[in-house]
Amino acid sequence: MKTKTPLLKVDSVGIQFGGLKAVSDVNVELYPGELIGLIGPNGAGKTTFFNLLTGVYVPTEGTISLEGENLRKLPPYKITQKGISRTFQNIRLFSELSVIDNVKVAYHSLSKHSILSSIFRLPIHFKGEKEMDDKAIEFLKIFNLDQYKDEKAKNLPYGKQRRLEIARALAANPKLLLLDEPAAGMNPQETHELMNLIALIREKFDLTVLLIEHDMPLVMGVCERIYVLDHGQLIAQGKPEEIRNNPKVIEAYLGEEVS
Amino acid sequence: MTTFKRAKGFWLSISLSLIFFAVIQVLIGGGSLNPFYQNTLMFIGINIILAASLHLIIGVTGQFSIGHAGFLAVGAYASAIMTMKLEMPFVVALIVGGLVAALAGLIIGIPSLRLKGDYLAIATLGFGEIVRIILLNIDYVGGASGMQVSHLTTWPWVFAAVLVTIIVIRNFTSSTHGRACISIREDETAADSMGINTTYYKVVAFAIGAFFAGIAGGLYAHNFYIIQPSNFGFLKSFDILILVVLGGLGSLSGAVLAAILLTVVTTFLQDYPETRMIIYSLVLIVMMIYRPQGLMGTKEITSMFKRKGGSSHENKNTAA
Repeated sequence: MKTKTPLLKVDSVGIQFGGLKAVSDVNVELYPGELIGLIGPNGAGKTTFFNLLTGVYVPTEGTISLEGENLRKLPPYKITQKGISRTFQNIRLFSELSVIDNVKVAYHSLSKHSILSSIFRLPIHFKGEKEMDDKAIEFLKIFNLDQYKDEKAKNLPYGKQRRLEIARALAANPKLLLLDEPAAGMNPQETHELMNLIALIREKFDLTVLLIEHDMPLVMGVCERIYVLDHGQLIAQGKPEEIRNNPKVIEAYLGEEVS
Repeated sequence: MTTFKRAKGFWLSISLSLIFFAVIQVLIGGGSLNPFYQNTLMFIGINIILAASLHLIIGVTGQFSIGHAGFLAVGAYASAIMTMKLEMPFVVALIVGGLVAALAGLIIGIPSLRLKGDYLAIATLGFGEIVRIILLNIDYVGGASGMQVSHLTTWPWVFAAVLVTIIVIRNFTSSTHGRACISIREDETAADSMGINTTYYKVVAFAIGAFFAGIAGGLYAHNFYIIQPSNFGFLKSFDILILVVLGGLGSLSGAVLAAILLTVVTTFLQDYPETRMIIYSLVLIVMMIYRPQGLMGTKEITSMFKRKGGSSHENKNTAA
């Protein structure tokens, strides 16, 4: 596996907010097809790290490259178009838009018809919109959401909103999918379904997945490798069983042993 | 199949609005519609264009802009210069008015659309005032005493402009580009992370909105005989804003309805100059208490008819 070139290479990346180093000197390499977990206590900098990867923040040090291409200073929408898409810790759907329109927004950057062709309703407009419609419905079927396609996103139950958010992120046609606590607030049954879903889409779309999660059994169960962040620094990385027994990780989560 | 149905509804609404146009035209020609009513009709038309154009900026894209009178002023003066100083035909003047306003929209939009919420509102408010004060100090356009403009705005012009405005804004909104704009309104961060170039679409919406405000300006200028910078103060911006909010943020038919309703209310209240503003304000307060989401909420008139399998003619009909 290590012989392949990494899909994503994060080289000693850090960011400083004023005097606070939120993330510093993080090195991560993701290889095509991997499912990787990113864990750490609250406030460890996991979401900040995602924001660095997606261009929401510009790193103050280090470089991030996708397939050898430096992503520095690219705006978030360009990074998405290059192939990194994400979900959010607190669901950020377009709540007033219908379920299918949420997915179609993600297709937007792939659309070919121009604003003028839409205003004048040229044939290419209808063709483009029809293509989007068909693709979006196909997509919703995979996620079992097609029966809700005309429902407003905000009217979906919580678990389905999570699913829709993942569907939307996938519709942007990523190579790397970042999931920020996808199982947060789900019951065990829903979590289980979610795990199956992630496995399914990974296979089907030939994806690399980076997953932030608090649910330890879940992370340990599905991830091939795990990175552990604490106070903005990587304190461990490796296979689930290595992580489980790593004294640094135990200390970060449970605190130092009283001597 | 669905596209065919939609197209049918579209042509039905076009033909219905053309019939409406013809009826009014005959009434005007026959002299049964007196100048007072004619003038009200023009105002309704101009206000519809203004409301629809601001709807695109605030209702669809979610950019809270309160300098719309600035674009109205730019369009009004640009078109007045075309007809009065350069002796161009009216249609050229209207288009030039729209284009100059759109240019102003680009110039103000590119730097200020980085701002969000309250900050954008203040910046656009400032823009409106800057336009007014610049016009006040240019002698070429008459400064404070204003500019003489001949009366060229007629019912066919107003009607055509309203129809074009509504069709363009509706077509834009109900396309992938419109969805991109709505996604910015709903959640800019998420839109960004879905690959939407948010700055681009904000500026585009702003420029299209400004273009139609400029067209409205051309019609407005040539409806009056005189235009003065004081016609385009920030109170005018708020008048337009009220139309959009009252109609329901995000609803084109709501904005159109509100424009009709409020123009009629204002016109009839002119008979009671002492209590006019009190009644007007009361209408707004009562409205906001009992229907804070506006007349239509985010719905369109067309969606009310969909369940019965009807078409979208109402929308265009009221628009005419």
